[in-house]
Amino acid sequence: MIKSILVRKSQGSQYIPDLRAANPIGFRGKPVISEAACANGCNACLAACPSRAISLDPVRIDMGRCVLCGDCEPVCPSEKLSFNNDFKLASTDRDALTISSAHPDIDPIKVSEALHKRFGRSLKLRSVSAGGCNGCEMEINALSNVNFDLGRYGIDMVASPRHADGLVLSGPISRNMADALQIAWDAIPEPKLVIAVGACAISGGIFAECNEVDRAFLDKFKPALYVPGCPTHPLSFISGILDLLGISD
Amino acid sequence: MRTSKAVLIADLRSSPPKSSYEFSHRCADSLDAGDHLITLFGRHEKSNRHWGTIVTAVFQTTAGELKVFRGQAEDGKHYPSLTHTYPVAQIFERELWEQTGLQPDGHPWLKPVRFEGERQQRMTDYPFFKVRGREVHEVGVGPIHAGVIEPGHFRFMCLGEKVHHLEIQLGYQHRGVEALLLRRPPMALASIVESICGDSSVAYAWGYCAAVEALSNSPVSLETDLLRGIALEMERIAMHVATLNGLATDVAFLQGGGTYGRLRTAIINATQRVCGNRFGRGWLRPGRARELSEVLRQDLIQTLTAFARDFTEINELMLASLSVKARFQGTGIVSTKTAQELGLVGVVARASGVEIDTRVQLPGRVYERFPAELITESSGDCWARMKQRMREADASVQWLLKVLGDTALDLSGSAAPDALGKPLAPETLCLSLIEGTRGPVVQVLETSSQGQLLHYKVQDPSLPNWFGLAMALRDNDISDFPICNKSFDLSYCGNDL
Ligand code: SF4
Ligand code: SF4
Repeated sequence: MIKSILVRKSQGSQYIPDLRAANPIGFRGKPVISEAACANGCNACLAACPSRAISLDPVRIDMGRCVLCGDCEPVCPSEKLSFNNDFKLASTDRDALTISSAHPDIDPIKVSEALHKRFGRSLKLRSVSAGGCNGCEMEINALSNVNFDLGRYGIDMVASPRHADGLVLSGPISRNMADALQIAWDAIPEPKLVIAVGACAISGGIFAECNEVDRAFLDKFKPALYVPGCPTHPLSFISGILDLLGISD
Repeated sequence: MRTSKAVLIADLRSSPPKSSYEFSHRCADSLDAGDHLITLFGRHEKSNRHWGTIVTAVFQTTAGELKVFRGQAEDGKHYPSLTHTYPVAQIFERELWEQTGLQPDGHPWLKPVRFEGERQQRMTDYPFFKVRGREVHEVGVGPIHAGVIEPGHFRFMCLGEKVHHLEIQLGYQHRGVEALLLRRPPMALASIVESICGDSSVAYAWGYCAAVEALSNSPVSLETDLLRGIALEMERIAMHVATLNGLATDVAFLQGGGTYGRLRTAIINATQRVCGNRFGRGWLRPGRARELSEVLRQDLIQTLTAFARDFTEINELMLASLSVKARFQGTGIVSTKTAQELGLVGVVARASGVEIDTRVQLPGRVYERFPAELITESSGDCWARMKQRMREADASVQWLLKVLGDTALDLSGSAAPDALGKPLAPETLCLSLIEGTRGPVVQVLETSSQGQLLHYKVQDPSLPNWFGLAMALRDNDISDFPICNKSFDLSYCGNDL
């Protein structure tokens, strides 16, 4: 009993009060692309990028593909690329995930009135990993830990798809998992939504070219929210979903 | 053949592959002598317009040496199964059969490992073992499970509440990692390697870096390797604590859940402060590792010191809890004999009393300079696996504090030799072994006569260990499956590739 109280005392209070204002020190988050001119004919960043996230003239990074590895930063002779710890990377629009010096931020998410009304006080989600590496899955798990405690907003991960309002997809969708994913989706009652978590789910990420991946599911069901990262930082997920549902503290 | 501790380099020009007959015999002799089979795999090769298979086996002798055997066979050839006599070969021969079509005659359990190649999407074809009888019933769960975990299918053949046999069907996470690794320049694979088994990014990245550095003859400084060791031990602590969190939650020991959750956060956030990512991604790259400024070194020391105090406190509480004892003690036993026969590795094997740890047996210069302690438990049950993790995480903290506290070391800026420009040695095989959280991560790279990557074999410690979980469940109550599974905490994506 005394031991238990001591452990409780050491635990203290762990929750992060204002999640949107959190400061994840050191996190390699949003790329910052300066206006410096590229060296003539240089494509060093393109060659260094493992997930074909970069395009040139002008330099743009597709956050739907970027795995935030940072490998492009040191190779640029013009020091054009750097990263800050901004975790607000989510978007409702796949095309709006591209960052350049002219478009340095992901556009703020517009609150969906319909979703706010329907799910603003309670959103139950079923997580399905379809070829994920357990990175995104562990971060989805972390959403309900003592620090992030997403449950305080009525957003919870549930066991049965029948109890869920939506599906949190991680992984590039392996062929071997495609059928099970479809079955889980079909078991979720309408109205329902998909949230794509991590570069894999958004674009196939690092596995985009693999023959073993079949992304047909996403051709049929467009995600309501795209949350970049590799893995997605819990704060990126949280700020994205709170903004989408119009939840304020 | 030169063995430099946990990295083996073999010049293939001096040792052409033997006939499959001779190869099998050599493997059998080695196993008879008590050598440990680290890996056995094959790849297709076209020679003289015929397709054939080159098979490679690597053993660790009882004296601690690594040795390689290679054999060749025509496509689709039958050969007498090793598994028949040596169960340790069971998963390797299954994978060999699935990947190359070589037929191990007499293999008692020849079933797909991950449904790759032409078997993709034929998940419903799995040939489950059938137990017959009036009282027998089957329970199937998965691929999607109740919690947020990766997919896999478990089928229990039960007599009442007792599990007679558990069959585990994997492959749902198969995304073609090995083929992908051959599509990019060999020095630019770090991000892919870090995502093979994303909770063990550092172990994989280190093994990959060690292999390409050895192949391109670009050694790194001791400091760079020590930084990698620091990254690896941080990963070990974080992952063991994640498992302890799961174990506590699974038996409703809620204080454990909350406390371990918080403690893991402290470790992974410290990792993020060093390398920008909570899973250590970006910390290691060929030729380099993110250095530790004095500020970061002090930061890690403080984080670990605070961690150690609270970790001991919660461990003591959990170990003293009667309900935890009642659930874990005597549950899911894997005997030392079974663990050895099945060739189990890593934390699971050590919890069953098998004295096996790459860091101790093949220390390399990092663990030679700062030795790792060999930790084992004897009871082989869920309790032993829980305690094993507590003790290993504790030992990692002590190890880290020793390295970080060594003021003679300068970890603040590793002079990085540029490995990226140098070509890989031609016709060479390189194997690296890194003792990750679950056990040895094996990576084998083979180059062509032009120095191109010809084959990249990846082997997660989970590959041999999944069968251990099946054995642990025998004659246990089906309701104890979650804690048995969590106590093993194996990787699905690491198996499925
Ligand atoms: S940080 Fe993103 S854009 Fe840069 S190399 Fe990595 S994946 Fe490519
Ligand atoms: S996005 Fe990255 S962390 Fe997430 S599942 Fe894919 S590889 Fe793993």
